[in-house]
Amino acid sequence: MEISLAHYLALAAILFGIGMFGVLTRRNAVGILMSIELMFNAVNINLVAFNRFVTPADFTGQIFSIFVIVVAAAEATVGLAIVLLIYRNFRDIFVDNINLMKW
Amino acid sequence: MREFSWIIPLLPLLSFLVILLFTRENRKLSSAISIGAITIGFIYAIGLLIRQLGDNSEFEMRFAWAVFPTMSLEVGILIDSLTTMMLVVVTTVSMLVQIYSLGYMHGDPRFSRYFAYLSLFTFSMLGLVLANNFFLVFIFWELVGLTSYLLIGFWFEKKSASDAGKKAFITTRIGDMGFIVGILLLSIYAGTLNYKEVFAQAAGGVIPTAALSLAGVFIFCGAVGKSAQFPLHVWLPDAMEGPTPVSALIHAATMVAAGVYLVARSMAIYANAPTAGMVVATIGIITAVLAASIALVQNDIKRILAYSTVSQLGYMIMALGLGSFTAGTLHLLTHAFFKALLFLCAGSVIHAVHTQDIQFMGGLRGKMKITFWAMFIASLSIAGIPPLSGFWSKDEIVTSTMGHPVFMVLTLLVAFMTAFYMFRLIFLTFFGTPRDQHAYDHAHESPRTMTMPLQILMVLSICAGWVAIPWLKEGYSMFVYFHEPEAAQPHYLIMLVSSVVALSGIGLAYLVYYKRSISADALATKFKPLYTTLYNKWYFDEIYDRVLIKPVLALTSGLWTFDNGVIDWVVNFFGKFTVWVSDVKQWFDVHIVDGAVNGLGYTVWSFGALIRQVQTGRVQLYGFFIVFGIVVMLLIKVV
Repeated sequence: MEISLAHYLALAAILFGIGMFGVLTRRNAVGILMSIELMFNAVNINLVAFNRFVTPADFTGQIFSIFVIVVAAAEATVGLAIVLLIYRNFRDIFVDNINLMKW
Repeated sequence: MREFSWIIPLLPLLSFLVILLFTRENRKLSSAISIGAITIGFIYAIGLLIRQLGDNSEFEMRFAWAVFPTMSLEVGILIDSLTTMMLVVVTTVSMLVQIYSLGYMHGDPRFSRYFAYLSLFTFSMLGLVLANNFFLVFIFWELVGLTSYLLIGFWFEKKSASDAGKKAFITTRIGDMGFIVGILLLSIYAGTLNYKEVFAQAAGGVIPTAALSLAGVFIFCGAVGKSAQFPLHVWLPDAMEGPTPVSALIHAATMVAAGVYLVARSMAIYANAPTAGMVVATIGIITAVLAASIALVQNDIKRILAYSTVSQLGYMIMALGLGSFTAGTLHLLTHAFFKALLFLCAGSVIHAVHTQDIQFMGGLRGKMKITFWAMFIASLSIAGIPPLSGFWSKDEIVTSTMGHPVFMVLTLLVAFMTAFYMFRLIFLTFFGTPRDQHAYDHAHESPRTMTMPLQILMVLSICAGWVAIPWLKEGYSMFVYFHEPEAAQPHYLIMLVSSVVALSGIGLAYLVYYKRSISADALATKFKPLYTTLYNKWYFDEIYDRVLIKPVLALTSGLWTFDNGVIDWVVNFFGKFTVWVSDVKQWFDVHIVDGAVNGLGYTVWSFGALIRQVQTGRVQLYGFFIVFGIVVMLLIKVV
């Protein structure tokens, strides 16, 4: 059986759903960041898959996903730095407990 | 100089204010200010008189005070011969009485206030004399009434004094009511209150005679009250509760003469309304006879003089009512001096023996030489013995009754009684043996400040009437007159008769009270009903008490009961009803209105509490909602 665009899209959808589930349910800030990475990667799969099956002559999708990976890395750096600072201040990284700005 | 005559009343007013506000603590300064003010007024008045004697023209200053569409109220002064004559009389007597008061009121705790009141009185009286219209004269009329009240009740610790003050005030108020009605009548018919304008209309026949008569009678009511004429004479004898100098100044020489002055001033009304003039003359002669008869039997030295005053005022009023302007005003002039002198002498006697009852005096002649001679001269003057001043004015009055036989007989009767009661007073006080040895031993002549005014007034009591000696070419009647000056004619018969009448009155008093050849007690027993009636002053006070005061008090107490029982009950009922209604409203407010407002708030609050559950602040939950929403929308789209 040949692997078609639909397979890639299904994989990406499943991966995105797992990531989203993680974002919505994890209490641990690091876990949330990891789940966000999953969602980025699901998007990357989509971008590459569409590039391969829709416009094989160009490399726009692949270049775009490389940008996403770079930006995601930067984002992860900033995010982890924030988490680290939160941990130092609160001795805790459970997002429920970090409610300093809540009314 | 006539433009500045308003300064004469103004100075005493200033003196009153200064004493009241600043110098009350300093007795010497207060009295000096008061006497200084009146002395300047006196000098100015003399100047005015000299000016007026040279040029007997009228002078008027008037300013509109309150202007109404139909009429304007004015202030102003009118100076003519009558005004200047009155100014001189008032300032002279005021000045002398104030000097006399220095001695008489010496040691009184309210010495300064006394002088302040005297100043206020002088201001009011001079204003009354100078006023140029009925409205202004009414204001001053009431002011003199007020000061009279204040000074009668000056020793208000004594209940009789404060009662006398109230009696004087209320009784004169009855007359003033008539006065104001008269003024209103004039304002309706004449449209102005200015003397000259009103009198011009009265003389020109513009005002209907009936209205003029009515207005004249009503204005005379004011004079009846102020000049203590029958039937409102009852207050003046009681007014003797005040300090004696006050009696001399206010209740003998000046204020009570205000009524006479008013009638004289309004002569044009009475001359053109003969009925009103006749009413005036009748009231005058009734008063004169009545008061003189009461004075025959009284024992209080000041009351005798008070009834004498009432009687003499009756004389003046009668003369004016009969149309003799000159006689009435001349008697006002001479009476002011000799009656002030009599009162000041009485004050001197009271000062010496500390009693007012002539039954406890006697033999004071040797101890009080100046007082005796002054009082003797004044009595001769009032009795009408030539050539003292009283003779000439009384002569004029008797002359004025020519053509009215009843009036003439009664006038001579009063003259006889006057001579009798005055010399009864003289004989009982100064002659015979002392009836109260203790009082006699303490008696002494009064200090210089008191005897000096007596001596000056003595001279005036002798000479003041000489201005009207009928043989003079330029006598009093050529200066003070109504319409046309008329040289006085000597009536030898009248002179003779009135002298004989006066002398016989004195002679009878001499027989009864000096020689004692006729027993006074025997006379009193023989004419007991008459004596008792006279002694009780014709029962006027009792009659007024029974006929007027008691019913009025009964009526008021009845009205009070009605007020208390019915009106108060209704008012209280409405009060209670309102409270009950308010209670109901309060319940409604608290439970219904407040309940609605609070219920709405509570509903919103509890709904909010329910909705608030969603707002957890957990971003993840919000994210879940978003995703859930997207999923639902996608499902809807797909299905």
